[in-house]
Amino acid sequence: MQQSYEKYYVPAQSPWPIVGAVALFLIAVGAANVVMEYSNQSDGYGPYILALGLVVLLVMIVGWFKNQIDESMAGLYSAQLGRSYRQGMTWFIFSEIMFFGAFFGALFYARMISVPWLGGASNNAMTNAVLWPEFQALWPLVTTPGGTTTEAMGPAGLPTINTIILLISSVTLHFAHVGLEKNKRKQLAWMLGATIALGGIFLFFQVQEYIHAYRDLGLTLQSGIYGNTFFLLTGFHGMHVTLGTIILLVLFFRVLKGHFTPDNHFAFQAGAWYWHFVDVVWVMLFLFVYVL
Amino acid sequence: MSKATEISSHDAGATAAHEDHHEHHIPKGVMRWILTTNHKDIGTLYLWFSFIMFLTGGAMAMVIRAELFQPGLQIVEPDFFNQMTTVHGLIMVFGAVMPAFVGLANWLIPMMIGAPDMALPRMNNWSFWILPFAFAILLASLFTEGGGPNFGWTFYAPLSTTYSNDSTALFVFSVHIMGISSIMGAINVIVTIFNMRAPGMNWMKMPLFVWTWLITAFLLIAVMPVLAGAVTMVLTDKFFGTSFFDAAGGGDPVMFQHIFWFFGHPEVYIMILPAFGIISHIVPTFARKPLFGYASMVYATASIALLSFIVWAHHMFTTGMPVYMEMFFMFATMLISVPTGVKVFNWVATMWRGSMTFEVPMLFALAFIVLFTIGGLSGLMLAITPVDFQYHDTYFVVAHFHYVLVSGAIFSIMAAVYYWLPKWTGRMFNIGLAKTHFWCSLISVNVLFFPMHFVGLAGMPRRIPDYSLQFADYNQWISIGGFAFGLSQLIFLAVVIQACRKQGEPVSDRVWEGANGLEWEIPSPAPYHTFETPPVVK
Ligand code: HEM
Ligand SMILES: [Cu+2]
Repeated sequence: MQQSYEKYYVPAQSPWPIVGAVALFLIAVGAANVVMEYSNQSDGYGPYILALGLVVLLVMIVGWFKNQIDESMAGLYSAQLGRSYRQGMTWFIFSEIMFFGAFFGALFYARMISVPWLGGASNNAMTNAVLWPEFQALWPLVTTPGGTTTEAMGPAGLPTINTIILLISSVTLHFAHVGLEKNKRKQLAWMLGATIALGGIFLFFQVQEYIHAYRDLGLTLQSGIYGNTFFLLTGFHGMHVTLGTIILLVLFFRVLKGHFTPDNHFAFQAGAWYWHFVDVVWVMLFLFVYVL
Repeated sequence: MSKATEISSHDAGATAAHEDHHEHHIPKGVMRWILTTNHKDIGTLYLWFSFIMFLTGGAMAMVIRAELFQPGLQIVEPDFFNQMTTVHGLIMVFGAVMPAFVGLANWLIPMMIGAPDMALPRMNNWSFWILPFAFAILLASLFTEGGGPNFGWTFYAPLSTTYSNDSTALFVFSVHIMGISSIMGAINVIVTIFNMRAPGMNWMKMPLFVWTWLITAFLLIAVMPVLAGAVTMVLTDKFFGTSFFDAAGGGDPVMFQHIFWFFGHPEVYIMILPAFGIISHIVPTFARKPLFGYASMVYATASIALLSFIVWAHHMFTTGMPVYMEMFFMFATMLISVPTGVKVFNWVATMWRGSMTFEVPMLFALAFIVLFTIGGLSGLMLAITPVDFQYHDTYFVVAHFHYVLVSGAIFSIMAAVYYWLPKWTGRMFNIGLAKTHFWCSLISVNVLFFPMHFVGLAGMPRRIPDYSLQFADYNQWISIGGFAFGLSQLIFLAVVIQACRKQGEPVSDRVWEGANGLEWEIPSPAPYHTFETPPVVK
């Protein structure tokens, strides 16, 4: 056998993908039923199927990652395989950017096109005059053409604090990474722990903000396009922060167990990239949803 | 050998297949297919899945054509008719054409670039196995109370929001899974191509099928998430009271079309770029000349992909956009036909003064070139804003996209199967039967789709179960062509089954006299594992 290259590790058969496929199936069926039952105000199996799906997904993730970690610790992974993982993660993040792009697109479209047009801009004077002559095109859209009213969520207070929290968390995570690369395990553990704590605080404040929106501002998911873009953008972002925090938590426990070396820590890097990506999304959100 | 054994036995310890120590031992039974990480197995799974979906979607097309055989309503209810057109479209796009190309990518890309497998083999298995579940959900939705999706494969709001039935939730989540599958598949393809090429296989030596798939994968990762966003907004509009697509809440139904077609137009190129790659392999082989203008093919593919992001609103000329937007999208669309023309030119130039022979793959490739060009030209007509006001939402559009998709994408897939099947099975398929399949398909596809141009220009609307009397004659021809085309595909099924059962003459490694590329250097049938040691490409 030729010795001049490292063998690319091709795993033998694996049970985890099919477990994952069943999980996604259950999640999809469960979620669809939950949604239908919610809209019909009826009871059904939806939540149970969904919960089962999530459990199966969890089993799959644990099993699959356990395989991966064992293989990695056994030194089966070559530099080339490491590149595959890194590139895969990069493209995954790109797909996430495009997903958020769809919702940002909706936001920009509403602000720059649909709301002004409803107010009579461009060649739409008659739209306004015939359909909703009272309607005024303003952003934030606190009064919809249909007449639903709400109050806007400004940037002051919680959103600004949250922005600072997330920005700091990016910095702490960076120092954790530096610690890992310089083999300063204490710095790594502390900084990673701090990042997770900041993530948790962010999520807590986010929940407070939603409560404030619903209770005090009357800003809900049904408040027209302003509330829609607000909740879907911040909501999907919040889901990503949750996921990111869980990933960092797993990394944290692995760090405590002594995993990762200065030159072999793909999982850590992937988690860090994900976290930085989520932060950047928040900065865009803060700018376009709250400030501007 | 020792290292390989070590590697596989270690992993096997962690998985179910304990006994399976030896790398070159092919696992047996159903579990082979369910647990596999082998790119050839997964390619085969994708291809069979796609074929089954093709026949399922085809059966729905037969229902549509049976109803349209005569004017008036005779066989199905209008609502069920709408469900048939919707699910037919969804299945053909996401279940037949796309998985077939992914299957071909799985089989061929590693062999073409000298890689031992796809870069992420376990994820590869996952990408495949979630698909059957997604389509199970979609098909099951047809049997729910109130029926399945009936708003067209483009699920325009408010048809899919205000006026749709409850099973829309099933539709939304099944599309989510299809999207996840495509994204993971595309990531795998991109990473494989970036990272797994054999030494010496530099960018401008890469076979065109690999190039076109690289660019397709990029398009997939860029636009499938946008589709996911679109279905999500439909879901919240329908079930949670948002008003993204409702003017009363400050949204806009036209916004749906913008988001959808931002995905949708690149999507049509996702379904045709790999076909361009396939044809660029087959034509040189049977013309016995190197491909004319390799570099220009690469650049043309890339420019088509980039332009495909700025033409989407040519599907929306009649929505009342401002005139400058209509103009912009008209000219941008026409611009796309330049690189497309470059491709057609190059294929023809490759054949020019070649010593051509007309084996089955070549027959399909030639049919592709001619018929795809017809579809491209009707596309150009549609791109002209003022005349699109007449053509839009008529059978002319249906004729256009079936020429590019059926006699384009599907024909290229069949060409590819006939071209590489001997490499996969090690046997030559039944040539007589295959030629019968070709001629039946060629004739019936034109009887089926050509008259659609005429009824369309005369004003017959699409997606309607009934029509005005003057369209009756042509519609009968269309339906007859449709049934004939449907039946012809059973011949294809027979050919493929025979080939999979290893009937036929054994073939040489190169299979076709003029074939070039790494995949023709390895034995036929291709061994279970190839290029575990990367070849050096000179
Ligand atoms: C020369 C290149 C092409 C041009 C200029 C072109 C142009 C157009 C235009 C303007 C429409 C909208 C017609 C209308 O709704 O009024 C359209 C529809 C369509 N095209 Fe093309 N096209 C081209 C190539 C393709 C290719 C390569 C494919 C797929 C492989 C494709 C698939 C479709 C589909 C599926 C639709 C209909 C979508 C629907 O409304 O359901 N086109 N095309
Ligand atoms: Cu288009």
